[in-house]
Amino acid sequence: MEIDDFITAIEEEFDNLNPGDVTPNSVFRDMEGWSSMHALIFVALIDSKYDVLLNGEELKSCVTINDLFEITRLKLNGGGAKA
Amino acid sequence: MAELRLKHTAVKAIYSVIPKMVYKTHDYPYFSEDEAKMFANTTGIIERRVAATNVTASDMCFKAAQTLLEDMNCHHEIDLLVFVTQSPDYFLPASAAILQDKLGLPTTCMAFDVNLGCSGYVHGLLLANRYLQQGGLRKVLLLAGDKSTISTHEKDKTAFPLFGDAGSATLLEYDAKGKDWFFDAGTDGSGANAIIIEAGHSRMPYQTFDDQDIEVAPGVVRSKKHLAIDGMAVFNFALKNVPKSINNALDLAKLKAEQLDYLVLHQANQLITDSIRKKMNLPKEKCPSSIGNFGNTSSASIPLTLCSELSEALKKERLYLLLCGFGVGFSWASLLLSTQNVATKLLEYD
Repeated sequence: MEIDDFITAIEEEFDNLNPGDVTPNSVFRDMEGWSSMHALIFVALIDSKYDVLLNGEELKSCVTINDLFEITRLKLNGGGAKA
Repeated sequence: MAELRLKHTAVKAIYSVIPKMVYKTHDYPYFSEDEAKMFANTTGIIERRVAATNVTASDMCFKAAQTLLEDMNCHHEIDLLVFVTQSPDYFLPASAAILQDKLGLPTTCMAFDVNLGCSGYVHGLLLANRYLQQGGLRKVLLLAGDKSTISTHEKDKTAFPLFGDAGSATLLEYDAKGKDWFFDAGTDGSGANAIIIEAGHSRMPYQTFDDQDIEVAPGVVRSKKHLAIDGMAVFNFALKNVPKSINNALDLAKLKAEQLDYLVLHQANQLITDSIRKKMNLPKEKCPSSIGNFGNTSSASIPLTLCSELSEALKKERLYLLLCGFGVGFSWASLLLSTQNVATKLLEYD
C-alpha cells in the first residue's frame, strides 16, 4: 500500500480534482464544498480499494490525507478497531 | 443467529403504487448546482415520487391491494393481512385493521401492523411463510409501504432529497410443492439513533418537547419531530452486516452468489448498494436498481424494484432471487427464494 496510489485513487474519484491537486499534507475537509457526502465517498473508496471500513470516529480523528492513509494502513495490517 | 429453511410458500403477485408527483434532485432549492450533481452521482437519485398531503402509506398500499385482489379475485381467501410500515395512519388502531375493512376482507382475517422500515418487507415474507407453511391458512396479503416524506425537514440536505413514497401489496399462498426458501436476519439496536424520529411517541410526547428547528450541521436543519439520519453510521452498519447476511442465506441453500438470477437490495442509496454488490462480486446486471427514479422508499423499495425492474422476468421465468432489506433499527433480513409466474403491476396514485 503506497500513498501515491492512495492519492491517485482520491484524485480520480472526484471530478473537480486534477493530478497533483492532492498531497499527503492536504487537509481533506478543506476540499471545495466539503460535505458529509464527501466523507461517505472517502469511506466507500477506501472500503472498495483496500477492504478497510473506517467508521465516523476514525474519520473524525483524521485531518490530512496522510492521516487517512496511515489509519487505513494500520487497519489493513490488523491494527486499530476491527472493520 | 436467525437462520431458517422455509417450506411450502409461493409468491403469486406483487403490485406497487407510486404517487404521481415528481421531485427532481436538481430542483431541490437548498442544493447548489455542484451539490445536486454530487448528490445525484453518489446516491443515484435523479428524481423521486412524493405523496400529496392527504395521501398516506396505507392509501397507496390500499390501491395496490385492491387492484391485486380484483385481478386475482381472491378477497374471500385472505386469512392474514400484514401491513409493514413506520408511517401508520394513527398511533392506534393498527392500520391493518382499517385496511381489512376497506378492502372488504372477511372478518375471520387476522390483521396486524409490523413496525419495521427498510428490512420490513423481507421480515414480512418470513411472517407470511410461518403462518402459511402449517397448511392452515390459504392466502396472505403482505402490504409494505411508507410515506417517509412526511417526516423529513425540507432544509435537511441529508434526508429530504433522499426519500420517496410508495406502497406495495404481495400475495402469497400455501404451495405444497414449493421450493425451499432460506432466511437469515439480525438486529443491532445499538444503532437505534442512526435513523430516528425522536419526538411524538411515549419517550418524548409532543406536549413535552421544544419543537424548534435547529441547524445541527451546515445545511442540516430539523426539529426532534423530524427524521434524522447518520449516513456514515448507516454505511458502516450496512457494509459490516449485509454481505455476511447474504452469504449466510446462500450457505444455507448451498448456493454461490453467481448462481443467483438477481440480488435485490433495499434501495438505500447507490453508494451503499454498489459497495455491497462489489463485495458479493456480482455484475451490475444482477443487482437491479430503481433508486434513480424513486429514491429510498423504505419498506416498499424491494417490491417496487421487483415491479419496476424485473416485471417480465418474474412473469416468464423461474428465478432464484435473494432479497435483502437493511436499515432502521438497525435491522436486516435476507431471503433466498424461488419464484415462477409472478404477476406484477406498477401503478400511479392519482
